[in-house]
Amino acid sequence: MAMTFHVDIVSAEEQIFSGIAEMLFAPGAMGELGIMARHTPLLTPLKPGELRIRLVGGEEQSIYVSGGMLEVQPHVVTVLSDTAVRAKDLDEAAALESKERAEKALQEQSAEVDYALAEAQLAEAVAQLQTIRRMKSKRR
Amino acid sequence: MAVGKEIRTQIKSIKNTQKITRAMEMVAASKMRKAQRRMQASKPYAAKMRNVIAHLAHAHPEYHHPYLSARESVKRVGYILITTDRGLCGGLNTNLLKTAVVSMREYHNQGIEAELCVIGSKGTGFLKRIGANIRATATHLGDEPGINDLIGSVKVMLDAYDNGEIDRLYLVSNEFVNTMTQTPLVEQLLPIAAEKPEQELKHHWDYIYEPEAKIVLDALMMRYIESLVYQGVVENIASEQAARMVAMKAATDNAGDLIDDLQLVYNKARQAAITQEISEIVAGAAAV
Repeated sequence: MAMTFHVDIVSAEEQIFSGIAEMLFAPGAMGELGIMARHTPLLTPLKPGELRIRLVGGEEQSIYVSGGMLEVQPHVVTVLSDTAVRAKDLDEAAALESKERAEKALQEQSAEVDYALAEAQLAEAVAQLQTIRRMKSKRR
Repeated sequence: MAVGKEIRTQIKSIKNTQKITRAMEMVAASKMRKAQRRMQASKPYAAKMRNVIAHLAHAHPEYHHPYLSARESVKRVGYILITTDRGLCGGLNTNLLKTAVVSMREYHNQGIEAELCVIGSKGTGFLKRIGANIRATATHLGDEPGINDLIGSVKVMLDAYDNGEIDRLYLVSNEFVNTMTQTPLVEQLLPIAAEKPEQELKHHWDYIYEPEAKIVLDALMMRYIESLVYQGVVENIASEQAARMVAMKAATDNAGDLIDDLQLVYNKARQAAITQEISEIVAGAAAV
């Protein structure tokens, strides 16, 4: 019987797979990797692609990953999978977008911000009223 | 009966409000359960990553990642604040923002200014009003946020850290203790406090890095911080729904009390009117 090892595939949002496998095929950043039990410790990024797990008994299960990290230890393999498609440019664009949103929120007197403002002022007024009322009732 | 009609209309309107608050309570309860499930589902990722990073911090002394080493002088600090998009959730946001402002004021007194990244529109509104320095925002994430909704905002703060614009980064979010209790927490994200690996390293071993340690570590660190922020967001949603559920339950109960009081006033008024009418008739009959 072939040697087996434990495979965990997790993403930030959920656990995707956890079980015993005979062999794992992963799309490593430097090329396709085939991993069996007692592999030397390895840490590498993954490219988007198909991840195949050969389960005990020879059955294969394939999972699509859009990138991530692969951590290999002799008896445990962990795939930290990305849920989003990552690329430097895309990340950069997302960061810019987020900055722009902040600037916009600061400049523009949108209804939502006005509403939040009014709400905050209302809460303040209510708190003041409550304090006054409490003081009055104590005096009595 | 003029008096009776007024009170009846009021009772009716309060009953309608009560129906709405009760519905909101039930919706919040079901959303809370879902959010809790998501909260649990996101835990293994961060836990695995923490293991790897703890190992790296110990096994790999020759390359020291900037996220792992504390800077000697702190000139500016960064905060990532997680608030809700919607209101009607009790004092959840107020307490959180209060905690954040207290922490910021401490730094302010030492002459250290804060840069903010705000998630959720409630926080944006408040912090804009007090004139805080907001660098990035992410709003309208909905009930099921994905990690790609956060990548941009987190990157802005990480870039600021890389460029030396901020020397520390904090995450301010609500911790979901249970349905009744949510506590605002200020956690330090950067620099990462190195944890002891779970088991003491018996002999020195290290990973093979492909293509090289620096690239692998950079990618890992970024994902780690993102996953922590994501967890904070998911936990905050669970907190939001729990707080809303409790607030709406209180509102429903209060509406019930109001209705009872008004009903009593109404019955008394009705009784008084009837008594008056009878005494008028009796007096009229006696006069005849």
